[in-house]
Amino acid sequence: MSTLLNVHNLTKRFSAEGPAVISQLSFSVQDGEIFALLGPSGCGKTTSLRLMAGFERVDEGEIHLGDRLLSSTQAHVPPEQRGMGLVFQDYALFPHLSVLDNVRFGLRGLSRKEQHERAARALRLVGLQGFEGRAPQALSGGQQQRVAIARSLAPSPRLILLDEPFSNLDALLRQNTRSEIRQVLKQEGITTVLVTHDQEEALSFADRVAVMRHGQIEQVGTPEEVYYQPRTLFVAQFLGRTNLLFSHASGLVADTPLGQLSINREASGPVLLSLRPEHVTLAHPDDNLTHPSARVVAREFKGHDITFRVEMNGAEYLVHTHNRMDFAPGDRVALKPLESAVVLESQQEMQEIPSGITDEAGT
Amino acid sequence: MPGALVVLGVLVPLVYLFIRAFSAEPSELVDILWRWRNLELLYNTVLLTAGVVLATSAIAFPLAWLTTRSDLKGKRLVTLLGVLPLAVPGYVMAYVLLASTGSYGTLEHLFGIDIARISGFWGSLIALTLYTFPYLFLNLRSAMAGLDPGLEESARSLGYNARQTFLRVVLPQLRPGFYAGALLVGLHVIGDFGVVSLMRFETFSYALYLQYASAFDRIYAAWLALMLLALTAGLLLMEARLLRNVVFHRTGSGTQRTNVPARLGAWRYAAYAFVALLLLASVVIPVTTVGYWMSQAVDMQPWGRLGEALWASVSASGPAALLCATLALPLAYLSVRHPSTTSRGLERVAYLGYATPPLAFALAIVFFSLQAASLLYQSLVLLIIAYTFHFLAEAIGPVRSALYQAPPRVEEAARVLGRSPLGAFFSATFPLLRRGLLVSVAFVFLSAMKELPITFLLSPIGFETLALGVWSFTNEALFGAAAPYALTLIIFSAAFVGLLLLREDR
Repeated sequence: MSTLLNVHNLTKRFSAEGPAVISQLSFSVQDGEIFALLGPSGCGKTTSLRLMAGFERVDEGEIHLGDRLLSSTQAHVPPEQRGMGLVFQDYALFPHLSVLDNVRFGLRGLSRKEQHERAARALRLVGLQGFEGRAPQALSGGQQQRVAIARSLAPSPRLILLDEPFSNLDALLRQNTRSEIRQVLKQEGITTVLVTHDQEEALSFADRVAVMRHGQIEQVGTPEEVYYQPRTLFVAQFLGRTNLLFSHASGLVADTPLGQLSINREASGPVLLSLRPEHVTLAHPDDNLTHPSARVVAREFKGHDITFRVEMNGAEYLVHTHNRMDFAPGDRVALKPLESAVVLESQQEMQEIPSGITDEAGT
Repeated sequence: MPGALVVLGVLVPLVYLFIRAFSAEPSELVDILWRWRNLELLYNTVLLTAGVVLATSAIAFPLAWLTTRSDLKGKRLVTLLGVLPLAVPGYVMAYVLLASTGSYGTLEHLFGIDIARISGFWGSLIALTLYTFPYLFLNLRSAMAGLDPGLEESARSLGYNARQTFLRVVLPQLRPGFYAGALLVGLHVIGDFGVVSLMRFETFSYALYLQYASAFDRIYAAWLALMLLALTAGLLLMEARLLRNVVFHRTGSGTQRTNVPARLGAWRYAAYAFVALLLLASVVIPVTTVGYWMSQAVDMQPWGRLGEALWASVSASGPAALLCATLALPLAYLSVRHPSTTSRGLERVAYLGYATPPLAFALAIVFFSLQAASLLYQSLVLLIIAYTFHFLAEAIGPVRSALYQAPPRVEEAARVLGRSPLGAFFSATFPLLRRGLLVSVAFVFLSAMKELPITFLLSPIGFETLALGVWSFTNEALFGAAAPYALTLIIFSAAFVGLLLLREDR
């Protein structure tokens, strides 16, 4: 696979003296790959998308599509000449045109017959044959979403940009649409950049995920990499709740509040470790105390699994277990780690971070 | 480009007004400014404005309350009655008053009621009140309908009785609506020329007309126009000052409940009588009077002249309406999509052209054309230009609200699909604006059809529009001859009101 989109050292300011919304952003997307920019609101992900689409000009850096320079401080290819598809969060369908005419909109210059064929094919891909004559307003949210996808697929762009495309759908519809659209994109081999704040969406939809914060990328990797091996505290927190362990490392082991644990890479001295709730389990306390013992504070049965909150030495930890674990609040339990803990790079003084559960969503 | 045109069209004439005004010798200036007559005119103008605001309040408050908060039957019809008088332009109302009272009036002829002819201050007051009260009514009505019943209920639970609640809670909340309506009424009264000239009541406008038409003292006329402008500016400043820090809206969230209508009980007879009286004065008498004089006119009126006048009105109003929409489109686009100090400033300039008293605006354009574009003086082109810059603000509103309905994403989607910036605008946004543009064209067209003072000063020689017809025949007490013109105007104005109501409904 070769690189299709290359973003290099991108910087964007909205006022000359103001802070950079995006600074020194670099990443590249391979041909046929689905790439996600994931981050909280205000992290600069939508601005990055608008820079790629050509609606904003770059202050520094370059954007290449294949061999073609799209944006630099000197050059700026206007959006209509970039050959990219863009699907908006609110779909932006033309309300005065029928479904078919919406999809045909980007096919100027072709014969009428060919326009029809390609529009019909795009609509068939997203499962909307038979809806050609409808007005966009007469469709449900999910259908409008598919029209928007079909419209951007029809001109066969080299790259499609998706701006939070599933956030306006309700939860159940979202999952179905997501996997269907993913299948269409993969089947057509279309390179895609997805922008989202929803970690589940990014992890399940993309081949690779870039986690953004304050206009910079904190970590890029496959969904598994960023989830299992978060590089920073921010990435660990943003992809789900985790247990932080303020520890002392030497080599591949560390002394942690949960006893001695193996860690994912060599380190020495004080370190901050992350251990996901599903990477620990509970057991009956054994007499020879190979595992430290804790007290169950709360139990939340969620059907397919159970979330326990346990207390040990004044700190609380989170444990996800299978749904047959029958400890009750007040029980003494042993904490048994199942995987190595992950060493986090920390930007702040480590002493300020207490051991225990992280907050619901990181910032 | 369009921005430069607007500045040119509105501000440059005003500059010429200043140039002309200050071309006087210093001694002459002192003489002009220290005339006793100025004070008299100021007194008359302010008195009339205050009187009309008071009188319209006396009508609009009860009417707004009855249609929003009471259990009166037929509220929709009564609401319509509150808007209908807009269909009878002020000078037509003046015509009606003059033609129906006195010993030769309709009332004497038809019913034998002989009341002294109404004219002067009271005539102006009645005509202007009946014509302008809908502006205040509409504003108060929407303010009352938007009141949060929770606030009143809280006041009651805190120990205030109904009357105290009304005074301490309801009235203060109506302030913004009242100011907005009263400002419109005030601007109409200050800028009015048709009513005061027919009623022979000497305000700044009437004096300006006398000065211009008979005394030919252009410098004094320019000064009178400036005083008129100053008065308008004063009114606008007062409104801005009063409205400062006044922000009222619901602070909480959740769906708003509607008010429980107040029981009228025996008072409802008084309410019906009030409504009937209003109907009589603002609709029945005008229609009867025009109808009566029409019957007198049938055998004496050369109908050809009416056709000519109609064509004259259309030939000036039509192009002005199209021009307004053409200018309004880029201005509204700029202010909605690229808001900046410049775009806001341009819009303000357009509104300035609208708020400037039409007679002063027309005079400014006369001076401008005499000095800078003498070829245009007394040409149809100049009249169309004057209409355009006076009514531009009316055209911006509908285009602007249509633009708010057309999300910028749609245009960006067209760009991504291969359209140039202009191509994207015309293929994606423009189709969504068609309706708004049509409304703009219609608004300006119908307003220009009724326009009197600008037409009066700027129309080419021998060019007689419908409005000029009503005015000049009435001025010579030829009520029969004026009737067909008045009727045609009422029909056009009724179309305008219909359009207004359609927009309010949406």
